[in-house]
Order: sequence, then C-alpha cells, then structure tokens
Amino acid sequence: MSFNIKEWIFTTDHKRVGVLYLIGSIAAFGVAGIAAMLMRIELSTIGPTITSNPTQYNVWLYTHGAVMILGFQIPALTGFFANYCIPLMIGAKDVAFPRVNALSVWLFYVGVILALLTFVVPDPPDVMWTGYPPYSTITTGNTALYSFTVLVLGFASIIGGVNFLTTVAYMRAPGLKWSNLNIFVWCTLGAFVLQLIFVPVLGTAVTLISFDKYLGTHFFDTASGGDVLTYQNLFWFYSHPAVYVIFLPFIGVVYEIVATFAKNRVFNHKVVLWGGIGGIVILSGEVWVHHLYVSGMADWIRIGQMVTTLLISIPVGLLVISLAGTLYKGAITFETPMLYALGVLFLFLIGGLTGIPLALTSLTLHLSDTYYVVGHFHYVMAVAGTFSIFGGVYYWFPKITGRMYSERWGKIGFWLTFVGVNIVFWIMMTVGVKGMPRRYYDYSQFPQFQTSHQLMTLGAAILGVGFLIAVLNWIIGARSGKPAGDNPWNSKSLEWTTVSPPPHGNWPSPPSVEPDWTPYSYERR
Amino acid sequence: MHSEHKRPSPVGRAARKALTALLAAGGCGVAAAYQASAAAASGAASRINDPAAGWDHLWHEVIVDITIIGVLFALVMAWFLYQYRARKPGEVGRQPKLSPAAVIGWAVIPTFVFMADDFYLAANGWKLWNDYRDVPADRMEVKLEAGMYSWDYTYDNGVKTQNVLRVPAGKPVVLRMTSRDTLHSHFIPDFRVKEDSMPGRVTYLWFYPKEPGEHIVSCAEYCGVMHSYMAGKVIVMPPAEFKTWLDQEHAKLTPADKPADKSADGVADKAPAKAG
Repeated sequence: MSFNIKEWIFTTDHKRVGVLYLIGSIAAFGVAGIAAMLMRIELSTIGPTITSNPTQYNVWLYTHGAVMILGFQIPALTGFFANYCIPLMIGAKDVAFPRVNALSVWLFYVGVILALLTFVVPDPPDVMWTGYPPYSTITTGNTALYSFTVLVLGFASIIGGVNFLTTVAYMRAPGLKWSNLNIFVWCTLGAFVLQLIFVPVLGTAVTLISFDKYLGTHFFDTASGGDVLTYQNLFWFYSHPAVYVIFLPFIGVVYEIVATFAKNRVFNHKVVLWGGIGGIVILSGEVWVHHLYVSGMADWIRIGQMVTTLLISIPVGLLVISLAGTLYKGAITFETPMLYALGVLFLFLIGGLTGIPLALTSLTLHLSDTYYVVGHFHYVMAVAGTFSIFGGVYYWFPKITGRMYSERWGKIGFWLTFVGVNIVFWIMMTVGVKGMPRRYYDYSQFPQFQTSHQLMTLGAAILGVGFLIAVLNWIIGARSGKPAGDNPWNSKSLEWTTVSPPPHGNWPSPPSVEPDWTPYSYERR
Repeated sequence: MHSEHKRPSPVGRAARKALTALLAAGGCGVAAAYQASAAAASGAASRINDPAAGWDHLWHEVIVDITIIGVLFALVMAWFLYQYRARKPGEVGRQPKLSPAAVIGWAVIPTFVFMADDFYLAANGWKLWNDYRDVPADRMEVKLEAGMYSWDYTYDNGVKTQNVLRVPAGKPVVLRMTSRDTLHSHFIPDFRVKEDSMPGRVTYLWFYPKEPGEHIVSCAEYCGVMHSYMAGKVIVMPPAEFKTWLDQEHAKLTPADKPADKSADGVADKAPAKAG
C-alpha cells in the first residue's frame, strides 16, 4: 500500500474518509485527554498547583468537554465507524454521495483546527462546553470561537446524516432486508435521525449568543427583555439527544463485538430494533429538563420530565437484557475487543444505575452540579463510549489494516484503563454525594477531599498510560503486525466477506445475500 | 428479579397477570404521592417535613434499589461468561430461536418490571419534591442577590449581610434569590438543597435549620473566573441570640435603609415576593 498524501486528502472512498475521521478524532482525544490530565494535576493539591491563574484551568475544562464530545466521540462514532462500516455492512460499493462525504470530513478538520486555536488566541474561550449566558456574552474569552466550532462540526454531522440515511435506504445489497441489517447500522441511523432533528436547535442557540455578544442583540439579556433560561432550554434540547447520538452507535459497536465473540445470534433482535433503539429515539426529545432541575424551571415540568427520564430505563433495559441474552449458550472467547465490550457493559451498568437518583428531581436538588453528576456521566457516556470506540477500533483493526495488533499489549492496555477509570470516577461520585461542586479550580473550601482528589489524579495517570498503550499498539500493529487474513474472528457479518484491507469499491462484484441470512446466524453453517 | 432465559411458558397469561399487578402497584404509589401533595397543599399537615431528612431517606432507598438491580445483572452476566466460554476452537453458539410468544414476553415483562420500579421511584421522588417546594407558613424570609463573587443577603427589616447568613434554629428559612450578573447557584450541602439564581427572575429555596451550627455555602453553577472562590456560610444561632444580633444590626441602620412598615424580628407574614 503506497502512501500518497494527495490521494488521502482528496479521497472520496468511504473507507479512507473513515480513516481520516479516525485520525482526526484520536488526535482530538489526545488533546482533550492532555487537558484532563492537566486539570487532575492542578487538583492534586488545594490551591494553585501548576497554574495560579483560574482562567487557565477554565480553558482546560472548556477544551476537555467541548473537544471530547464534539471532536472525539461524535466524529469517531458517526464519522469513523459509520463511514468505514456501513457501506461494507450493507454490501454497497460506497456511500450515496461520496463527494459530500469528503466535504464532511474536511469540515470536521476545520472544526478540529478551530478547537485547537483555543491554545493560540489571546483570549481563549472559557465558557465550558455548555456556553451558558450571561457569562458567555460578557466574558473577555472568545465565545465566537466556541460558536464557530460548534456550527462547523454540527454542519459536518448533518450532511453526514443525510448521506447515510440515503445510503442505507437505496444501496443495500440485493436481498438484504431492513430487518436483517446489522444492529450497528440501525443504531447509527437512529443517531443520524436525532442529529438531523436536533443539531439545528444547537446551531440556533450558539449563533444567538454570538449575536448577543458581538452584534448587540438582546436574546438572553434580561435588562432588555431577553431571558437567560431560553438558552439553557435550546442547548439541552439538542445536547440531551446528543447523549444518545453517542450512546446508540457505541452500543451498536458493542453488539457487533459481543455477537462475534460469543458466536451467537443477538437475543431478541426485533425488540432491540423497535423497543430499544426506537424507544430511545422517541423518548430522547422529552427529557432535556433533567439538566435544568435546579435552573428555576416551572415545577410541573420538572416533575413531568422526571417521569419521562425514568422511563428511559425501559429501552435501555431491553438493550442490556438483550446483550446479556446474546451471551446465553454462546461460545465466548476473550480477545481484546471483547474485553472492551464487556468493559462497556460493566461501566454502563454502573453509569446507568447511578443515573436513576439523578432522574429524581428531588434528589438532584442536592446532587446537581456536583462531582456525582460528573462521575455518573463519565461512567455512562464518556468512558463507556470511549471503551466502545477503542474496542471497535481493535475489532475492525484487521479489516482496516490487513494486519493484527499485539493481543498481549491490547490486554495490558485494557486492564490499566479499566482499573484507572474505576478509581477516578467511583471516587468522583462519592465526593460528589458529600457536596464537592464541579468546575472548581480550587477546593480550599473542602480540604477534607484532598486525599480523594489525589487518588483521582493517580487513577487518571493509570488510565492515561492504558490509552497510550492502546494507541501505540495500533500504530505498531498497522506498520508491522502479522498479516491477519480476511476474517480472523470468523464473523458472519458482510464486512468480513471481502479482502482485508478492502479495495476501492469494496467487492469485485457486489455481494448478494440469501433470504434467511442475518449478520448473526452462526449455528446454521 | 429476572429469571433470565427461562422461557416464559404460558406467556400471554403471565404477562397479563404481571401487567395488571405492576400497573396497580405503580398506580397506587402515584396516587399516594398525589394525596400527600394534596394534604400538604391544604395545610392539613401541621408537622414540618424537613426536606434534608427526606433526601437522606430517599437516597438510601434508591441506593438499595439500584444495588439490587446492578448485582443481579452483574451476577447473571458473570455466570454466563463463565458457563458459556468456548471450550474448543471453532465452536459456535447454540442460542435457541425465540418463539413469537417468547419475543413478546421478553419485551413486555421487563418493560412492566422497569415501569413499576420507575413509577414507584417517581411517586417517592414527587412526594419529596412537594416537601422541597411547599414552604411552611411559619418561616423567615431572606432576600438574596448573588453577584460575581458574593452572596448578598437582605433581611426583612433591612439588615444586610454578605457571604454570611445568620438564621435562628428551629425556624424554616426561605431565600428569594436573584442575580445581578451571571448565573449562580446557592448550594448548602448540609441541607441538601440548591437552586440557581439568575438575572431577571426570582427563584426560591427553603431549608430547615434545627440545631445551632455552621454550614458551608458553595456556588454550584459556573459563574466566571473566580467561581470556586464564591464561598459563604450559614450560621444557625439559638433563637434568642439571633434576635439580639438582628436588633443590634437593625439599630445600626440609617433611617434611609430601614423599610417602612416592617417588624424587627425578620419574619414575614406576607405573600411571597414577586419578580421585579
């Protein structure tokens, strides 16, 4: 495989676009991860540790949140995995609009560069990833950079969504029914439907704060008849569904891995599609007020959305039962991707259940804006999603590169990360319940938490080493790993029926499938 | 709670039964909470329900609930991982294909189990929520204006304090809050309560200080560069001491600072303050 940089930049091949998304999002993960490490070092002692400037800390906080979500998780899941896997899983030569696809990855890089400018501009944004006014409209920090980053990445995601909905609707291999599509494909379609509905709302919100700050409008300026709560509603009307934009593809990746390494059919496949994925898509737009439980919303809606939030447990519960059922009577092996997938299940179980107290409005009056919330969402979304991305990259690594990574280093990296995240985020939840507020540069008001903070810093160092080992393992494996063969995991899914790495166009002649084929029918052949 | 993977044999009957029972259970819980809220609203409850005590109670209940669910799931999963590990290379899974009845059973029964638990928790959460929002009639009102980076309290008799809220033991305290700049959130961890303050609106929270003592106040909503230094405290004093202190402070006020027709004890017997 000769390397030609021009071929990569101007590529319209969905697999190369996918790999570009992967490289960009892993780079973003590195930057946002370094920001997290700097925060953890800062918090290892009471008072100033490595910077005496709270603004510096707030910029790390902003970078960590905004870049992890907008630059790493969403692009890795709906950019890399969707691009690389969906055409292969449905037996298509490419996506429906390959040039639009190239445009979306270019825009993604523009967004990442905008995010990185944070470290260069004189007044970097310090508005957290939420950008709440009035602070975002009166700060000397560069709120415009925040707005443009969100808008560019949001637009990239929208055109990606149009592309993939069209691709799956019109380009499936002959004989491939909707109901037999991989669960990952369904999950990603659900995520793109949510992006298409909700991203414009976020775009509106961040545009309006920039209008207020730079053009003198008064959308959120109460002195002139505006209202600060409007922004919070617009923001979370998108950003709660955004949690499912991340959750759906990551649980889809876990399904592919678990079914392959249990060599088993997916338990209750149809209920996963209609009850699990469908239920989440339908409920996702009715729960945003649980982010505003202490924001001064009307009492009735804080109670109404407590009930809708609790009901999310139903589709999520169906998915977890189905994943457990997929192990039943399986023939399970424990390669690195499977360890990550099981890690996701464990983290997600803790994260999901610790979300139940937060669904209750009255308990959230104490828990809101504390480390408990931060610990919970890192378990349920941030770390579970990241484990799923790492597991997925390991799983499709032989397909992407044609080579095998080191199984030994893969497992070492996994266990370090797994231990590290549990140290950090379990302790985080316990100090949160005791009252430690989030987004604190200095916790001199709470000296009793210093030991806990130091343990969290230690845990962060351990998990950082684990992630670093994983990334190095990929780089070394891609350059000099052993040839992997076309289907090292003996998977039944379509993407493993072509050669590794697949050529431009994916198959010499498009595959067709038998009527009774599913990606998970192991026992029949 | 889940007899995982035993096929529910007479699915239709079992599902109907479970459905009826669980809906009834959930319905009862919601009805109970509704009655409780109605009772509280009509003033029938003479006793003051301390939300902080209610919080601790509900928290422990929920922790037990989620621990049971979590341990059950984890044990089933761990057992499957051990029991169904591949014994020889090339082995494949042998999961039976579900019958249509089993498909429906495995969707409907978990749905109603989860829904019953959801409604049970929602009912309890709602009941406690009513305690948090229904301010007892016999209370002390204090106005709070939050700003970058201080808590400015004003008592009914015109006395002002900054970052220190002195209150008498044994009397519920309600804060009517607004902000002069960005968002802030008045968080008193010991009383398990917080609520955002923002420009242009008045929000409220109340708490019930029973014993003399000191309690930390933190800002819980990111408000600017010095957010983490926006600290304060609530000092709960014996009632007599508090009255002495308030009278002394009141005596120091210039006539211009004194509100026209207020009694000096700081207790409001009027309707809640309106925004403006």
